[in-house]
Amino acid sequence: MTAITASAPARTRATTSLRQWVGLLYVLPAVAFVVVFFVIPLGMTAWMSLHNWPLMGEHTFVGLDNYVAILRDTRFWNALKFTAYYTVIVTIAIFAVAFPLAIFIERPRPLTNFYRTAFFMPAVVGFASASLLWSWLLNVDSGLFSPAAFDLGLTEKKVNLLATFQPAFWSIIAMVVWKVAGFTMIILMTGLQSIPQDLQEAAVIDGAGPFARFRAITLPLMRRTLALALILSVAGSILAFDQFYIILRGGPRNQTLTAVYWIFNQSFVSFKLGYGAALSMVLLVILVALSLIQLWLLRKPEGLD
Amino acid sequence: MAEAMSQNRKAGLFLARHSTGMIASVLFLAPIVWTVLSTFKPAQEARQPPLPPWPTTGFSVENYETLNTFGDGLWVSAQNSIYVSVMTVLLSVFVSVLAGYGFSRFRFPFRDFFFVLILSTIMIPFQSILTPIFLVLTRLGLHNTLTGLVCVYVTLQLPFSIFMMRNAFDAVPREIEEAARMDGANNVTMLVKVMLPLVWPGVVTIALFAFLGAWNEFLAALVLMTDQSKFTLPVMMTALQSGRFGAIDWGAVQAGVTVMMVPCLILFLALQRFYIRGLMAGAVK
Repeated sequence: MTAITASAPARTRATTSLRQWVGLLYVLPAVAFVVVFFVIPLGMTAWMSLHNWPLMGEHTFVGLDNYVAILRDTRFWNALKFTAYYTVIVTIAIFAVAFPLAIFIERPRPLTNFYRTAFFMPAVVGFASASLLWSWLLNVDSGLFSPAAFDLGLTEKKVNLLATFQPAFWSIIAMVVWKVAGFTMIILMTGLQSIPQDLQEAAVIDGAGPFARFRAITLPLMRRTLALALILSVAGSILAFDQFYIILRGGPRNQTLTAVYWIFNQSFVSFKLGYGAALSMVLLVILVALSLIQLWLLRKPEGLD
Repeated sequence: MAEAMSQNRKAGLFLARHSTGMIASVLFLAPIVWTVLSTFKPAQEARQPPLPPWPTTGFSVENYETLNTFGDGLWVSAQNSIYVSVMTVLLSVFVSVLAGYGFSRFRFPFRDFFFVLILSTIMIPFQSILTPIFLVLTRLGLHNTLTGLVCVYVTLQLPFSIFMMRNAFDAVPREIEEAARMDGANNVTMLVKVMLPLVWPGVVTIALFAFLGAWNEFLAALVLMTDQSKFTLPVMMTALQSGRFGAIDWGAVQAGVTVMMVPCLILFLALQRFYIRGLMAGAVK
């Protein structure tokens, strides 16, 4: 073995490194896709944000004018404010439903598999399908909720749930919780399952009640899982579009325009591509900041691993 | 006496547990079941509130038939959706298997840089780069084509699927390759004949996620497909639900939603194991 390497070290190294270069060919298609459809568009977003860029005709360089305009764009800030409000409420609602479910299905017992699957089913349905489905359920004439409430005598007349902000907003929350809770539940379940059983048993012997155990063992040991579920929920909610576009069309009275919805309107309805790009940059910075927080929250606990 | 008490207590707990479970299951499944049942009402009945959800004036597939009368018809959109989803699966599996193998088994310049580059795209929301994607597709002559949409979907799948595939290849012991190399296998035969059967579960997982992702995606399809004959199902059904083809036919909307949901549900039930695997892999990342 040593004799061979000693006799032709240079040649071996040359062929080895040539053989390793082949790897570049294997990853080339993937890199090409990412460069053409991600890196270049990303650079273009930054470039376009410095221009006045209509769909047709010449674009002109305007420096930071678009960003200055954003500062005065109260509708964008309102959309951002609404998105933040929605994100907070929907995340709390998802966790309030998903955490008990995760505890419920954590350990294998009779029927647990059935429950897991049942709770998870809405999660595999697309957001667009779910939104179309609920836009029907929420419809005042042909839907389910208003007519059912009326038939049961709960309301004096059929109430249009989508006509005013509060019922419309909470309807969306209900729909998103229905669709997403199963997904969050599975993630939280993996965290619960990773807690050593004997730790809980030792705490029981020490006389810790269920709440003390939850606070002292479950929560700290689930930090990374909780952070992950939290980030997924927050990032997903900040980018919300489908449900607000399909069910509410941003209404009533443009009160449910989200950040992505506003960018969509500016870019593809008003065709202010440069301004849309500047808005996109703002959204992008928010999301990247969030990802960095995520990396920090998900860091491996010290002293472990 | 004490034994009877604990027996009672056990029965009570059992009952409480399963009644909670059943009620929760019904809540989660009801909207889906309600929709699917309602689609089999005659058109006239489908306009009324779905109380009860099942057809009361006779079973009918009218709602599915009328779907084909709007715009270019449901069948065209369904074909578009099937084409886009299947192509996304094939292309993203092909690209990620190659890349996963490359990243796992070779040491070449910029390897780590490329890997981090691909994975880091997950931090950036594609919603914020849709306009330039639109312009890039126009430049490539892929504007308003299903192929262009496929390219975008493949790119969106890559961070997850390459990460999955690299891990799958990493888990294959190197001795297997060395043995095959002794037998004279070259790189390509090695990948196809030796490695692929061993990473097969990973391939199923990424294929499943690629299919669901492409089948359900809405915003990019809405923005990039401007011609009605190119609409995918979510865009087509939203156009129908917005009243673009006249008065909203809720029976037809429900039939369309059913067509959109059923493949996802069937695939999930059939491949649940692989789905959860992918979720876990994403979760521990």
